[in-house]
Amino acid sequence: MSVKNLLACASAALALALAAAPAAAQKKYDPGASDTEIKIGQTMPYSGPASAYGTIGKAEAAYFKMINEQGGINGRKINFISLDDAYSPPKTVEMVRRLVEQDEVLLVFQTLGTPSNTAIQKYMNAKKVPQLFVATGATKWNDPAGNPWTMGWQPNYQTETTIYAKHILKEKPNAKIGVLYQNDDYGKDYLKGLKDGLGDKAKSMIVAEVSYEVSDPTVDSQVVQLQGSGADVFVNITTPKFAAQAIRKAFDIGWKPVHYLNNVSTQIGSVLTPAGLEKSVGLISTAYIKDPLDSQWANDPAIVEWTAFMKKYYPDGSLIDNSNVYGYTVAQTLVQVLKQCGDNLTRENVMKQAASLKDFTPNTLLPGVKINTGPKDFAPIESVQLMRFDGKSWVRFGNVISADAQ
Amino acid sequence: MSAVAPAAATPLSPVASQRRLPWVGLAVLLIAACALPFLVSNYRTFQFTLVLVYAIALLGLNILTGYNGQISLGHGAFYAIGAYVAAILMDRFGVPYWATVPIAGALCLVVGFLFGLPALRLEGHYLALATFALGVTMPQLLKNKAVEHWTGGVQGIVIVKPDAPFGLKLSQDQWLYLFTLAITVAMFVIGWNLIRGRVGRALVAIRDHPIAASAMGIDTARYKSLAFGVSAMYTGIAGSLGAIAIQFVAPDSFGIGLSIGLLTGIVIGGLASIPGAIFGAFFIQFIPNIADQISKAAPWAIYGIFLIGFMFLMPMGINGAIRLGWARLRHRISAQRKGG
Amino acid sequence: MEAFLHQVLGGLATGGIYASVALALVMIHQATHLLNFAQGEMAMFSTYIAWALINAGVPYWVAFFLTIGFAFVLGLAIQHFVMRNIRSTSVLQLVIVFIGLLVIFNSVAGWIFTYTIKVFPSPFPKGAVFGQKYLSPHELGAIGVTLIVLTLLWAFFRFTSLGLAMRAAAQNPGSSRLVGIRVAWMLALGWGLAAAIGAVAGMMVAPIVYLDPNMMAGVLLYAFAAALIGGIDSPAGAVLGGFLVGVLENVLGAYVVGNELKLGVALVLIVGVLLVKPSGLFGSVQVTRV
Repeated sequence: MSVKNLLACASAALALALAAAPAAAQKKYDPGASDTEIKIGQTMPYSGPASAYGTIGKAEAAYFKMINEQGGINGRKINFISLDDAYSPPKTVEMVRRLVEQDEVLLVFQTLGTPSNTAIQKYMNAKKVPQLFVATGATKWNDPAGNPWTMGWQPNYQTETTIYAKHILKEKPNAKIGVLYQNDDYGKDYLKGLKDGLGDKAKSMIVAEVSYEVSDPTVDSQVVQLQGSGADVFVNITTPKFAAQAIRKAFDIGWKPVHYLNNVSTQIGSVLTPAGLEKSVGLISTAYIKDPLDSQWANDPAIVEWTAFMKKYYPDGSLIDNSNVYGYTVAQTLVQVLKQCGDNLTRENVMKQAASLKDFTPNTLLPGVKINTGPKDFAPIESVQLMRFDGKSWVRFGNVISADAQ
Repeated sequence: MSAVAPAAATPLSPVASQRRLPWVGLAVLLIAACALPFLVSNYRTFQFTLVLVYAIALLGLNILTGYNGQISLGHGAFYAIGAYVAAILMDRFGVPYWATVPIAGALCLVVGFLFGLPALRLEGHYLALATFALGVTMPQLLKNKAVEHWTGGVQGIVIVKPDAPFGLKLSQDQWLYLFTLAITVAMFVIGWNLIRGRVGRALVAIRDHPIAASAMGIDTARYKSLAFGVSAMYTGIAGSLGAIAIQFVAPDSFGIGLSIGLLTGIVIGGLASIPGAIFGAFFIQFIPNIADQISKAAPWAIYGIFLIGFMFLMPMGINGAIRLGWARLRHRISAQRKGG
Repeated sequence: MEAFLHQVLGGLATGGIYASVALALVMIHQATHLLNFAQGEMAMFSTYIAWALINAGVPYWVAFFLTIGFAFVLGLAIQHFVMRNIRSTSVLQLVIVFIGLLVIFNSVAGWIFTYTIKVFPSPFPKGAVFGQKYLSPHELGAIGVTLIVLTLLWAFFRFTSLGLAMRAAAQNPGSSRLVGIRVAWMLALGWGLAAAIGAVAGMMVAPIVYLDPNMMAGVLLYAFAAALIGGIDSPAGAVLGGFLVGVLENVLGAYVVGNELKLGVALVLIVGVLLVKPSGLFGSVQVTRV
């Protein structure tokens, strides 16, 4: 071989080595990530009994579309694959396996429903694929030691009812509490929080615990039962349709308890207006996110921005449904996590960055509520504030209560 | 005489070769089924395992509804019982997975038989309604506080998937598929024998001419309850296998949608037919996925259109359509032979 | 005692819902000898049409009657284009078709109107009736409307020749044709009327339970129970059955078995009645010739 050729080979080899070395140090990909795209998987109940929540998936898809139009994340487009699981855990298992094994997504995002997520949790952790920001408030998702690949997002249900319990103990220590709850894990999780919050006094203070099924036409009979029990505090753990019925019925039969309503059903547009705004006066709940129909946020930049987003990217979506604000905000959180990943798009790094959110504050969250995570803290939002409905808006009172401090 | 000579030249007469054909076909199918998990991904193997599970359940329902004419809109309840039996035994009592299957079957046999007793007095759409009520009620019963300690209530039970035994180099999905396949074949053989024999003829007689059947000395009450029991047993076995495959049971997985899906499966697959159970299983496993891909906005509307379309075009189910097509083909071939 | 009375009256209110849907089921059975599982979803869809009209500014009663007309035509269309062409009279094939219709209506309603609950207005004046708080004006009004529909239906079948012709066509199509009854028309008419009654039921139910695509899902089983208990061929029986089911559900749920077994109550009711008196309380006994 001539000297010229040898030199050419050597310089080529050197160039190659120089080029390869930083690349090897900079860009790392797991299945689902590449120079041009990030594949994200999701299952949502687009059909079946929980189909009302399907709009969350659509809002998130619209948000990712907007991000793509703005250039993507660090130059990569989001490929969002959202499948219908009809709120049936076996279908969730099948769809998630497809996303992970066939579509080879980088992570699974915001799967909705406690049973659906319970069904896939073991699988996701065994396969080491992030089960990120699950769309349920069940308490069990904050378990970094046992399930390091699973993380929730919203304040968990037990925290919420524990806060109500503490409030009741402070304001009305001799209260007689009547509870209406949905007979599934969401309802029972809330109930547990209430009982834990009341501690030893739970047995004596709770005079009636009444459940209903999603398939029941109305909960009118249950509300009548609660009135009949003599309760003067009503802890109302219902999903939007039944919440509206319960609020209306309680008013119509002349029952005026101190009425705590779970955060899931506080939308002015889709719950309180159907129930009757005048019948909803005095309701107490907690919040961490802004309600688009609340007049106090009418000119708030966050809601204005959100409304513009909805009109452009999700015109079919309801502008009075809080779920669409929720979806918008969670999607923002994921985008933040992916941005923090930079060029290291391994699943391990995704979880690491998800567990490194410091005071991340999407502007649709209530003032004072921030997102914080850590290696031992897999609960992004733990702050809520109590609020009372005055017939027109939800008026916040007290301080922002945070479980983060613990 | 000259017609015999050409026939004698061929080693098998047309009739005999036709009789052998289904056996050859079946053997090919079986070999293909065994080879499947090694040819496709784990995910597909998992899906095919579910197809087998549904096939067992559908065969069970077919015995009751197709062959015996008793409509059941509540077979999801037996599936649920089978699934929970497997889950509770594995999770709470540490019973090995392969033992839970026969136990689930035995329990469902008894429960089905017991449910069949009052059902004796019901016919047609009244029976459909009673079983519909059973199917609707099942999730609520599973969530009940009284049994919460066993069933895990609304939280459900998470099961561990078994590994291949004897250190075989198979993935969990592959092993489970082969295990399920073995049980499926066994159940189908049992079912085929049942249908082919005296019991099957009695069931069909009861379906078509109940009064004449009892006049001929068939104990209709015994056979009808037996049909319920056996059918429940099949569905319970399917449920236990399904639970092991999915690794999770929860009350809301077993609502009325499952029962309706099973009934849809046998009608689409072909009533009163054994292959129909397999066709139906493919339908209920894969068509919802296909519908979802066709229309994200209203996938179940597409599914509904599929259902109605099938009833328009193939009222006897896929099996019926195949038989019709096959009969026409044979007719054409034999006509050609005679003419040519 | 007051609580008990309250539960009973509340049961009458929900019973009114079941009764109105049961009427539609009885109607379709009278005309075709079939149990239409899709009846609830058709009613729900018709109610959405009414909602859309009212939302567009149409006054309530105009929308009400327009919707009844729409539902009637819808029923006719389904019979003409779908049912007539199913070349089989096997019960099972028809059940599958009904299930197909059920999922189509549910899915399309969700797609067009989304799954957020909607308020459906009540035509009855607000304010307590007779000063009592147990039954709202709408609930009383709905019961009243159900009774009116029942009376109209009863009169139709009993006193009009058309009603007689319809019953004849369902009972014995062959002989009916021989006496000049246009059987195909009778079937279509039956479907149309059943759909119209369903629409009325939906519009009465929606203000109580709020309008969403899954509105009728829970009601259907209880409505079937009501129709069976009363006797599948007796409209009056269906209404009575509806009230009975409503009251029993409430009372047993509140005092005896607990809310977690209310569906179980429906199950036991259905099986129990079918075992003891298969033709229901007011139905006629079917005699089959050997």
